[in-house]
Amino acid sequence: MAKVLMKGNEAIGAAAIKAGCKHFFGYPITPQNEVPEYMSKELPKVGGVFVQAESEVAAINMVYGAAGSGVRVMTSSSSPGIALKQEGISYIAGAELPAVIVNIVRGGPGLGSIQPAQSDYNQSTRGGGDGDYKLLVYAPANVQEMVDLLQEAFDKADYYRNPVMVVGDGMIGQMMEPVEFKERPHVDLPAKDWAAVGTKGLRKPNVINSLFLQPEDLEEHNIRLTAKYQKMKDNEQRYEAYNMENAEIICVAYGTTARIVKNAIETLKEEGINVGLIRPITLWPFPEKAFEVLPETAKAFISVEMSMGQMIDDVKIVSNGRLPVDFYGRSGGMIPTPEGIIGKIREMIGGAK
Amino acid sequence: MEKKKQKSIHKTGECMLNDKRIKIIIGHYGSGKTEFSVNYCMKLADENVKVAIGDLDIVNPYFRSRERASMLESKGIKVISSSLGHNFSLALPAVSAAIVGPIQDPEYQVILDVGGNSIGARVLARFFNDITDQGYDMLCVVNTNRPETMDVEGIVYHVRSIENETGLKVTGLINNTHLLRDTTVETVLEAQKIIIEASEKLSIPIKYISTLEKVAEQLPEGLEGEIFPLKLYMRDAWM
Repeated sequence: MAKVLMKGNEAIGAAAIKAGCKHFFGYPITPQNEVPEYMSKELPKVGGVFVQAESEVAAINMVYGAAGSGVRVMTSSSSPGIALKQEGISYIAGAELPAVIVNIVRGGPGLGSIQPAQSDYNQSTRGGGDGDYKLLVYAPANVQEMVDLLQEAFDKADYYRNPVMVVGDGMIGQMMEPVEFKERPHVDLPAKDWAAVGTKGLRKPNVINSLFLQPEDLEEHNIRLTAKYQKMKDNEQRYEAYNMENAEIICVAYGTTARIVKNAIETLKEEGINVGLIRPITLWPFPEKAFEVLPETAKAFISVEMSMGQMIDDVKIVSNGRLPVDFYGRSGGMIPTPEGIIGKIREMIGGAK
Repeated sequence: MEKKKQKSIHKTGECMLNDKRIKIIIGHYGSGKTEFSVNYCMKLADENVKVAIGDLDIVNPYFRSRERASMLESKGIKVISSSLGHNFSLALPAVSAAIVGPIQDPEYQVILDVGGNSIGARVLARFFNDITDQGYDMLCVVNTNRPETMDVEGIVYHVRSIENETGLKVTGLINNTHLLRDTTVETVLEAQKIIIEASEKLSIPIKYISTLEKVAEQLPEGLEGEIFPLKLYMRDAWM
């Protein structure tokens, strides 16, 4: 299919429907409103259901219910709205159900602003819900990657029976870019024999539940969930390594910020300064594998973020004391500029002499 | 080649001065209305006329012409947006009444950059009497790479629904078909065929073909519509 020009939020809707999403429950919030708008218009055409819920809490519980019946279901929101959904997300993870949750991040804390941010790194990777659960978290850097990862998110959710979150800052949601809906390889997925779709008197009821009152049972459940998360850690890490050869400084940045960093890298290259980039495509699992072998020239890491520095800890964990970890970020809806990043890197290089 | 380019830009200026004093820029959202509007203002400001732009976009939270207010104002262009100021970052449908000033002032060339689709265009109803009293051109920006305006039916639907919503008539089409920096001569020419057909069906002429400067230079002569070379003012280098 030829390329079309789509706004990130529209492309999210189109990709979800392409992936077989039949149900969407949500509540409006800027800067992701075009997602529910698109779904409300397009889902009925494919025999699906769109419901504008009375709140984010209601919406995520509708997702929980629909997921329990085995259908492909999605919700989307933006930062404070995702915060409201955390309880339901924990229930869905606890009940081991597949669902896709999109977060088009805006500045926080609290109501914050409607401008782009990446200050939901902790909310996405550490979770705001209770218990020992994890989400698979994708962070696309452009609209095409958003389309590709969002479709894959539905397969991964089904495969692991776990909620998958797709995180883009407001810019990814609002930006127009050419996209192509590529043919996707067929993925063999297990039958949804756990779904609560009626027994017809032929079998015991399937129970959708996250309540395990016996401590022994709950612990066993947690051990099983943790084994599943370990499998995700082993198999799902994804990243892009860029200009790493002879890099003196290694930037770690994801989403829109990674694009700005690339722009800075090109300018610095002209000055003879070699800077590399590790771009996590999965925020959880964090791509540890990208950090296993580092160029011998590397003197330091710098985490570049549209937040006050939420990813630094993960970079420190994977650096494991090998290199110092510095930080550059803008927040509150301010977008880092290539010039700002270049200035910070020059300062680091100067300091390293 | 260089000579031809000069001539084409000069003609664009002349052609713009032949447009009615009030120019309303409408279209399907994402077709490039704001980029066209901002470019139009910047070119008009070179013609030594008083220029005002009214950013009437109450639909989008990002990529509105007010984001480039300081650049426009440095060229002497009057920028009017929300009654709460250009930088007021909120999805509030607050349009400043100050836009009525330049609409009524015969010395001003006015560009109204309207939000997408018929929903975005609804805001024009507030200014209906002033606009119709003064006379206007309403130009519909078309990008056939947008899923809803890929064919003649889609374009006709958008033109008609905006006309119905506003009670105003579209007086010209703009072929602004692009794929951002991937735009080629073929992108524009393929779209031109579809837009010519829509133009005949609607009995509305193609006024401009707006495209990146590097593509504009390579377009053949004799196309319907003035070639309007665009700079990408709304997108930072990293986008």
